[in-house]
Amino acid sequence: MEDSLLLARAQFGLNIGFHILFPALTIALAWYLAAFRIAYERTRDPRWLATYTMWVKIFALTFAVGVVTGVTMSFQFGTNWPGYMNHVGAIAGPLLSYEVLTAFFLEATFLGIMLFGGKRVPDWLHVLSTILVAIGTTLSAFWILALNSWMHTPTGQVLQDGQWIAGDWMRVIFNPSFPWRFTHMMLASILTGSFVLAGLSAWRLLKANDELARRTLRIGLLTAAICVPVQVWVGDQHGLNTLEHQPAKIAAMEALWHTESGMPLVLFAIPNEKERRNDYAVEVPYAGSLILKHDPHGTVRGLDEFEPDRPPVGPLFFAFRAMVGIGLAMLAVSWIGAWATRRGKVPPRWMLWGLSGFTFAGWAATLCGWVVTEVGRQPWLVTGLLRTKDAVGAASGAELGASITSYAITYSLLFFAYMVVLTHMAGKGAGE
Amino acid sequence: MTMDLALVFMAVMGASVLAYVVLDGYDLGVGMLMPAASEEQQSTMVASIGPFWDANETWLVLGIGVLLAAFPKAHGVVMGALYMPVVAMLVGLMLRGVAFELRIKALGWHRELWNWLFWAGSFGASFWQGVMLGRYITGFASGFGYWLFAFVVGASLCGGYVLLGATWLVYKTEGELQRKARAWSRWGLLWVAFGVALVSLATPLVSETVRAKWFDFPRTLWVMVLPLATGVAWLALWRATRYNTPSRRDWLAYVLAVAIFTLAFLGLAYSLFPYVVIDRLTIWEAAAHPSALRAIFVGAAIVVPFIVAYTILSYRIFSGKADKKLYD
Repeated sequence: MEDSLLLARAQFGLNIGFHILFPALTIALAWYLAAFRIAYERTRDPRWLATYTMWVKIFALTFAVGVVTGVTMSFQFGTNWPGYMNHVGAIAGPLLSYEVLTAFFLEATFLGIMLFGGKRVPDWLHVLSTILVAIGTTLSAFWILALNSWMHTPTGQVLQDGQWIAGDWMRVIFNPSFPWRFTHMMLASILTGSFVLAGLSAWRLLKANDELARRTLRIGLLTAAICVPVQVWVGDQHGLNTLEHQPAKIAAMEALWHTESGMPLVLFAIPNEKERRNDYAVEVPYAGSLILKHDPHGTVRGLDEFEPDRPPVGPLFFAFRAMVGIGLAMLAVSWIGAWATRRGKVPPRWMLWGLSGFTFAGWAATLCGWVVTEVGRQPWLVTGLLRTKDAVGAASGAELGASITSYAITYSLLFFAYMVVLTHMAGKGAGE
Repeated sequence: MTMDLALVFMAVMGASVLAYVVLDGYDLGVGMLMPAASEEQQSTMVASIGPFWDANETWLVLGIGVLLAAFPKAHGVVMGALYMPVVAMLVGLMLRGVAFELRIKALGWHRELWNWLFWAGSFGASFWQGVMLGRYITGFASGFGYWLFAFVVGASLCGGYVLLGATWLVYKTEGELQRKARAWSRWGLLWVAFGVALVSLATPLVSETVRAKWFDFPRTLWVMVLPLATGVAWLALWRATRYNTPSRRDWLAYVLAVAIFTLAFLGLAYSLFPYVVIDRLTIWEAAAHPSALRAIFVGAAIVVPFIVAYTILSYRIFSGKADKKLYD
């Protein structure tokens, strides 16, 4: 039973972890494309159209992978977590339905017009289609994050006939963690898209002094340079929100085994689950309380107060540090890059190599962030209402093993092909 | 009077699944027909489905979404029982969806590989959807005979999708490819006649519930309208694909193929109603909490008219013969 729970979680994690990469990129790219398309409409400068035409191809490919991996998700809820729908289906069902109805059809249909309708429809309709696709991607994130946030910080539900139903939909949707989670994820998407835009443009500039790539490099870097600091602030607020509503998650992220006043900030350590302490810890005294309580002597509740309902420390501790580390590196890279591209300058080659290397930094940070928040919710599927182990299905270990293998092979093939095509298209540039 | 929302959502789910089958059915069918065409014809074939396949697939997500949201107990039972066929089907859908984009961007043997994966993915997705249907009809009964039945349904659904794909090509193409598509349509028709006849005869044999439904006089006389109408549509489609001359009613063949599918679907719906999992769960037993059904109903009532409207808009924009330069 324990094993099949672990396998079910591994399989779901693999699917959703692979899936999230693509929407995270398409949400931002859709808005970038809308901006390029509008810029062309206003200026009639053919360079905007060339930029649009090149990036719309990358968008189409990314979107396709997002769609097909998303279809998988719609089956996964039932195959892996039938107990989820039995207990909270009256809340999850409508939110998922709204996502399909308001977002999926909108983006899929207008994507067809956006990709192939350029010569068949009037300009205004083509611009509108591009904007509607962007709205669709964002609405999709809105609904799914509303549901996800409700699973973290449920409010507005009432127990009736043995299942949780919505007492107040506004409180279900706008639950306490939703505003911060949604903003945090939108910014994560913008940063993912901006670094892809800048990174692939830098890749192109390594091959040729392409005017269009210079421009997209600048746009990506400037957007990132502005948005990373905002993200740092939003991330901090999201963390304080988590401290209020899911203190066990924060304790695990900070590897705080016991309640402390004047808690240090652990920069590095090897959390020791067995003995409930940190080995080889490097700490900054009082800094933990200062960050979390804005008071060096503030008291922060440790893991001992939540036993046994607390998440595992290792994954959260390391994933959180990786996310923050990547985020700070992105801050440095975007600022240095923005400085190096001022007034139409082209950065030196070593810097272009560095920027190319940071193309997928947003993906890495996003994945780390999701590990922190989702593993951090354990052992709950819906905090305080439903445990993950009570929702797992009856699939056998053999079925789960075979399906994980099938998905892993398929995803590896898709990912490899996606990367090959992406670098190839980016290397060719918009002009050719 | 209060509305029976379980019944309403049964209809919504049925309509979504039917929409999925006749819409994604044609693009899966076109995928399966790819190896039978020249390279230039393949470009036209892909162009005929390029603007639509994405939205077509969304109907599957809606159908499964309604099953999940409106009949959660059934979703757990159905998806649990169909675990491996679902995985196989999804792998097929993933490969073909991505192959769409990649085959155009690839060159040389890479393109050949993605063409092959496009075909294999379309074929696999169709076959396993049929297997899912076959398993579903028999209530997931175990035993060699039942699995054989499911595989026969899988093969038949491939024939059905080939028919939809071929008639779609009759509508969207011209010249040599259109002539080929007419011939393919007839092969598809024969395949479908065999499959539908076999499944219609076998289903009452494997399920007592279905047998009781169809052999209950005098109602039997009324429901015989369904097989008769199917026969008429079949003959009309055979006629519509007879001449090798272009006509102004190229769309007729596809519409008749949709009619055959709709009639077969109604027959199936009649066989199963009111069960959502045959002999185990009725739609009322499986239905979600009334508050959830109401919430989804309000949203659907507002949004579905818009979906229908812009779907029609999209088909109007891309009406007429497919442009093989679509992807250039």
